[in-house]
Amino acid sequence: MGRRKTRRNSIGRGLIGGAAVILALGAGAVAWAWESAIPPQPRPAAESFPAELVAEGARLAAVGNCIACHTVPGGRSFAGGLALPTPFGTIHSTNITPDEDTGIGRWSEAAFTRAMRRGVDRDGRHLYPAFPYDHYTRVSDADNRALYAYLMTRTPVRAEAPANHLPFPLNIRMAVAGWKLLYFREGAFTPDPAKPEVWNRGAYLAEGLGHCGACHSPRNALGAVDKDRAWAGGEAEGWTAYPIDQDSPAPVPWTADSLTFYLRHGWHPAHGVSRGPMAEVTGNLVGLPDADVAAIGAYVADRMGPPSAERLRRGEDLRALVSRRTADAGAPPGAGPTAADSQARPPAADSGRTGGDERGEAIYRTACATCHESGRPLPFGGLPFALSTAVNAANPQNIVNVTLFGLPPGDGTVSAVMPAFGGALTDADMVALLRYLRGRFSDQPPWDGLERLVADTRSGAHHVAVRPADGIERAPQNVGAAD
Amino acid sequence: MAIDLTVNGTPQRVEADPDTPLLYVLRDDLGLNGAKFGCGLGQCGACTVMVDGRAVLSCVTPVLLMQGRAVTTVEGLGTAEAPGPMQRAFIEEQAAQCGYCIPGMMMRAQALLQERPDADDAAIRRALEFNLCRCGTHMRILRAIRRAADTMRHAETAAPNGRAG
Repeated sequence: MGRRKTRRNSIGRGLIGGAAVILALGAGAVAWAWESAIPPQPRPAAESFPAELVAEGARLAAVGNCIACHTVPGGRSFAGGLALPTPFGTIHSTNITPDEDTGIGRWSEAAFTRAMRRGVDRDGRHLYPAFPYDHYTRVSDADNRALYAYLMTRTPVRAEAPANHLPFPLNIRMAVAGWKLLYFREGAFTPDPAKPEVWNRGAYLAEGLGHCGACHSPRNALGAVDKDRAWAGGEAEGWTAYPIDQDSPAPVPWTADSLTFYLRHGWHPAHGVSRGPMAEVTGNLVGLPDADVAAIGAYVADRMGPPSAERLRRGEDLRALVSRRTADAGAPPGAGPTAADSQARPPAADSGRTGGDERGEAIYRTACATCHESGRPLPFGGLPFALSTAVNAANPQNIVNVTLFGLPPGDGTVSAVMPAFGGALTDADMVALLRYLRGRFSDQPPWDGLERLVADTRSGAHHVAVRPADGIERAPQNVGAAD
Repeated sequence: MAIDLTVNGTPQRVEADPDTPLLYVLRDDLGLNGAKFGCGLGQCGACTVMVDGRAVLSCVTPVLLMQGRAVTTVEGLGTAEAPGPMQRAFIEEQAAQCGYCIPGMMMRAQALLQERPDADDAAIRRALEFNLCRCGTHMRILRAIRRAADTMRHAETAAPNGRAG
């Protein structure tokens, strides 16, 4: 009896002691995670910001692609409210116009810089890492000052973002502090003195505001970028973001020059046009000086590393083959054959491969080759598939997206365009076509799970944001998916 | 090659090269001149028809893909004597000027409303984005489609031609 009591007491003491330790740990965690509010201030007058600073901020905001997430399609710029689906629930972007009640009008520059550097809002609440502060932490104080000037001189819009839909405990902001403890390292960019200035400029833009790695890297189960495999390829809004490291699947290896051209113009003759979320990125870079675009190109090319002699030679062979075929096609610029007027060209014997799928080959010859083998130059002609990164990538998601939903043209501008074939092609036809493209235009092993991938993309179970070629202000617009 | 397909509810067998555009088969072989040749590149929408209920650009659709499929053209929405709801709405709103783009507009709108009878203005504009009109009757076209949507929602049983393809 006495013994039992003693034991119970000791259990009780243990429980109390344990609770005290947990409480202490919890209090410690809260103290560590606690961020104070930064007092509100009256909205600074737009005239108080020098025009050059605002202009610099505009260029930087374009590099950051802020508008993509902070604008609802067809809505007011930077007013937030866009639903961002994540594997954990739906987060809504916030209003970053200088409205005093619903935007950041009463934020001081210090509050803005803290949000960029540490992912904390003016009230001291931790921000969800859908806001890529794991990249923005590298932005310099001077650039944050310019970004602040730009945003504070936008038109204030009164707009409250809808509530987020996140399960417990993710709906507790303190939980984000735990995430930060695991995955977030605060720190401004430090240049590498051993590297040339252009490399450092490119690294600063690409790793910081440009946040290339946010899409082009794999993420772990908690949504954090896998730092050991940064730039090894990821996913964005239903599109595959290809590896942009040494494992780039581009048939013709990228160079600093071709990357610069692609980022500058949104297309490249040996690589095709940017589409999906990347169309918005290249669209945004229009306002950036050539030198900055070239710096990003140089840095990315260096990250990819020099291609092997074998890969280089194959790339050269491909380019020669394609330019020979273009010359053979003899299409004068601007006089591309019309699909309804021209007979499909039989595929040129390039690889000796046949693709091995008769139905797929018939579809390719009759529906695809009319543009993709027409010899009409990019960006208005179709890319020869021998040059296609998509055909050589680990999965065909981007081909499926483009084929089913097309590439909508930009508004009021000459742009790349492709008609949607979702209504004409059955799922079985789509699968046959993919098998053929992979077999004929790539030496990679066949893709798996095509039936499921095609069906889910069509039904919207796999959600795809379809954007027009110029998609700057329109953000994701689902013009094709059944949902 | 021989292709078996259904056009406006009637089974058809056509002999054609597999790469013949569906548009040519409809116009030249079957005498259905509703769908128009505009750009031939799938960029203007004048050739739009429905295949298994979805809008398709018939000028870039090889007939090879049409084996066993159900095609609906503007002729399948009604007749001059008994126009269907979509056609009636376009007449009542006088939505055509030269009229060249109108069959494509009607087919794109029909496909949209069959899939989403409650499509709002934004959805209608988005769907019609791919159909060009150079006369500029866009506002009337939009009104006509809203009117057709209304008719189809409220009088579906009274309008046997409300659904097609």
